[in-house]
Amino acid sequence: MNKHLLSINDLSAEEAFEILNTASELAKISDGPMKKLPTLRGRTVVNLFFEDSTRTRISFESAAKRLSADVINFSAKGSSVSKGESLKDTAQTLQAMGADAVVIRHGASGAAQRLADSGWISASVINAGDGTHEHPTQALLDAYTIRSKFPQFNQSFDGLRVAIVGDILHSRVARSNVLLLTKLGASVTLVAPPTLIPVGVADWKVKVSYDLDSVLKEVDVLMMLRVQSERMANSFFPSEREYSRGYGLDITRLNSLSKNAIVMHPGPMNRGLEISAESADSHKSVVLDQVANGVLVRMAVLYQLLGGATLIGEVSA
Amino acid sequence: MEFTITNARLIDDQVVDVIVSNGVISEIGSGLNKGEKIDAAKNLLIPGLVDLHTHLREPGREDSETVATGSMAAAKGGFTAISAMANTFPVADTAGVVEQVYRLGQEAGFCDVFPIGAVTQGLAGKSLAELGAMANSKARVRIFSDDGKCVSDPLLMRRALEYVKTFNGIIAQHAQEPALTVDSQMNEGIVSSKLGLVGWPAVAEEAIIARDILLAEHVGSRLHICHLTTAGGVDLVRFAKSRGINVTAEVTPHHLLLTDDLVTNYDSVYKVNPPLRTERDVLALRKGLADGTIDIVGTDHAPHPTEDKDCEWQSAAFGMVGLETALSVVVKAMIDTKMMSWADLVDRMSIAPAKIAGYLHHGQILKVGATANLTIIDTNANWIVDRNRLASKSKNTPFEGMQLPSRVVHTFLNGKQVLSNGEIVNGGAVE
Repeated sequence: MNKHLLSINDLSAEEAFEILNTASELAKISDGPMKKLPTLRGRTVVNLFFEDSTRTRISFESAAKRLSADVINFSAKGSSVSKGESLKDTAQTLQAMGADAVVIRHGASGAAQRLADSGWISASVINAGDGTHEHPTQALLDAYTIRSKFPQFNQSFDGLRVAIVGDILHSRVARSNVLLLTKLGASVTLVAPPTLIPVGVADWKVKVSYDLDSVLKEVDVLMMLRVQSERMANSFFPSEREYSRGYGLDITRLNSLSKNAIVMHPGPMNRGLEISAESADSHKSVVLDQVANGVLVRMAVLYQLLGGATLIGEVSA
Repeated sequence: MEFTITNARLIDDQVVDVIVSNGVISEIGSGLNKGEKIDAAKNLLIPGLVDLHTHLREPGREDSETVATGSMAAAKGGFTAISAMANTFPVADTAGVVEQVYRLGQEAGFCDVFPIGAVTQGLAGKSLAELGAMANSKARVRIFSDDGKCVSDPLLMRRALEYVKTFNGIIAQHAQEPALTVDSQMNEGIVSSKLGLVGWPAVAEEAIIARDILLAEHVGSRLHICHLTTAGGVDLVRFAKSRGINVTAEVTPHHLLLTDDLVTNYDSVYKVNPPLRTERDVLALRKGLADGTIDIVGTDHAPHPTEDKDCEWQSAAFGMVGLETALSVVVKAMIDTKMMSWADLVDRMSIAPAKIAGYLHHGQILKVGATANLTIIDTNANWIVDRNRLASKSKNTPFEGMQLPSRVVHTFLNGKQVLSNGEIVNGGAVE
C-alpha cells in the first residue's frame, strides 16, 4: 500500500478489500475484553482540521487511540484563504513536532495531495475530506457497511446495485464512493437534478438518472447525500420543497425499495430535506452502523499505513 | 555607432552581412565589414519579437517583477517591444501611471515597453478611465484593456469601442463572463469533475467573444481578443473575419502546448487564467494560428512570487511566466509539428503584433532603413528550461525541466545589442 491515502485512486481493489478485511479483524477484537491494541504505541497521529467536522475528527481520534497512538488535534480553522496560517507553515510545524501521520480535513480540493507532494513533511498523509474532491475513508467505511449487510458480496461487489442521490457536483463523498464502488465491481447510478451533476460525468463509469422514482426498485443500496440549502441560493434548484419532492427519500419512496435494500447517509442529515425522519429512523437505515464502522475502518487505514505487519501476526503474538 | 552582423541567415536561407548605423540597417550585402563585427554564425536573423501581452507588476508588486527585470526577460526571449498590462497598483488608468511605466522601460533600456491603459477606472468595470489622456500622454497609449478582468458590462464595452476610434485605439478584451466563472479554478470538463475544482467553462469565454464581435461590427471599431483558449472561440473569430469585422486575436504559448490534465496533481504552477483546456482546444488553436484566424502570439507573462504559488490550489495565484520560453514553445507547437513555417512565426510574433499596436519601429521587414530591432536565433539548438536561470524575478514556469527547441542568441534594441550569446548586456537609457 502507498504511504498516503489521498484518493481512492491510491488503492487497488485488492488493497481496498485488505483494508475491509483488516477492519473485520479489528471488529472481532473490539468485541473482546481488551479493545485497545499496542500497535502504534509511541507513534504520533495529528488530526489537522481546517474545517470543522467533529464527527470525522472524533472518529479518527478514537481510531488512533485504540491503536495506542498519541493523538494531537490541531484545529486550524481559517486557512490561508482567510490569511490565517498557511498550509505550508502548519505542515512544517507538524513536521518539527515529529508527526508520523497527518489526518487532514481542508476546504480546498487537492489540499491533502499538496501536503503529501510538497516535500514540506515526511509523515503519511490521510485525506479526511478535501473540498469537493474526495473523502476516501468515508467510501471505505461505506463499503465496509455494505459488505456487512450483504455477505454475498464478500469478495467482490459484482452485481451490487447502488444509487447515489443528491448533490453529486459538490460531494467529496460521492466522488470517493463512485471510484471505490465501481473499482470493487458494483454498478452505480447517480441521481440528481442536472444542475447538481458535473459536466464531465460522461467520463465516469456510472449511469445517470434525473428520476429517483424510476431507480428505486432496482437498487440494493440507496445512498442519500447531504444537500446544503446554500445551493438553492445559487439556483441549483428552485426551492427546498421542490428538491425534496423530486429527490427526497420520504416514506412512500422508502416503501418502494426492495425488501433487502438499505439506506445510507454520510451525515449530518437534513431531516425533512433529502431524507424524512421516518426514512432516517427506519429499519432499512444503516446510518448508525456507518458511524460505528467508521472507527474500525480508520483503524485499519492507520494500521496499514503506519503499522506494516499483518494484523493476524500481531494478534497471535 | 556602427557595427556589422556577419553571416546572418535570413528567412529565405540567404546568408548576408548587415551593417547597422545609428540604430538603423544601413546596408545589406556580402563581404561587408564596418565597425565592430558580430558573427551570427549562420543563425537566423529576424525582426525583434513583439509581445502585446505582459504583466510587469510595477508599480506595486515589485516583489514579483519590475519593468527592468521583465525587460531583461523579454530581451532574453528575443523581444524588442512588449506591452505592459494595466493591472498594477495603482492601476494604469491615468496618464501619470502609463508615463511612469513608459519611462521605467526607457530607463531600463532592454526593450521598448509600451504601457496598455485600463479601459475602466481601477479595472472596476463601472466607468471609463481617461482613455484620451492616456492616448495623448508621452506613453501614447493605443491599446486599452482591463486584462485580468473582463469588461463585462455590454454598454460600457460598446462605449469604450466607440470612444477609442478618436485616436485609432483598440480594446483588448479579456473574454470571461464573470457570472459563469464565479470562484472558477480550472477548465470545466472531465478533469475538473474528477478533481472537484470549480469549472471555468469554455462558454464563458465564447459568450463574451460573440457579444464583442457583434458590438465591434455595430460601432465599426477595433477589437482584440486576448488569450483565446477554446475551439469555439476560434470558430467565432473565423466567422467574424469572414464578415469583415475588425477583430484580431491572440493565443499564448502555454495554451498551444499544455492541457488541463496537467492539473491532476493540483500543482499550482499550472493554474492560469484563462485555464489550460483540452487537447481538442489546443489543436484548434494551433490550426487557427496557422491559418491566420488567430493573428498573434502573446505571452501573458504573469510573474508571481513563490509564496503566491506555494499553497493549496484554490489559494494559489493565476498565471505563468512566459517571455523567456515563448519562442521555443511556439517552435515546438507550430514548427516542429510542420503546421507553420519560420516566416509564419515571424509574422505572428513580430510583424502582426507590431502592426496591430502601431509600433512603427518594430516588426519591420529587414531592409535598408529599417530600425535595427533584431533577434538572432539558433534554430538547431535544444535547451532544458531551468527556472533558476530565468531573468524574470519570478520562477513560475510550467515548462521547468522540459527540453525545448531553438534558442535566442542575440537581441538588438534600436541598434544596441542587449543580448549577446544568451547573456544580457548593455542596459540603460539610449543617449
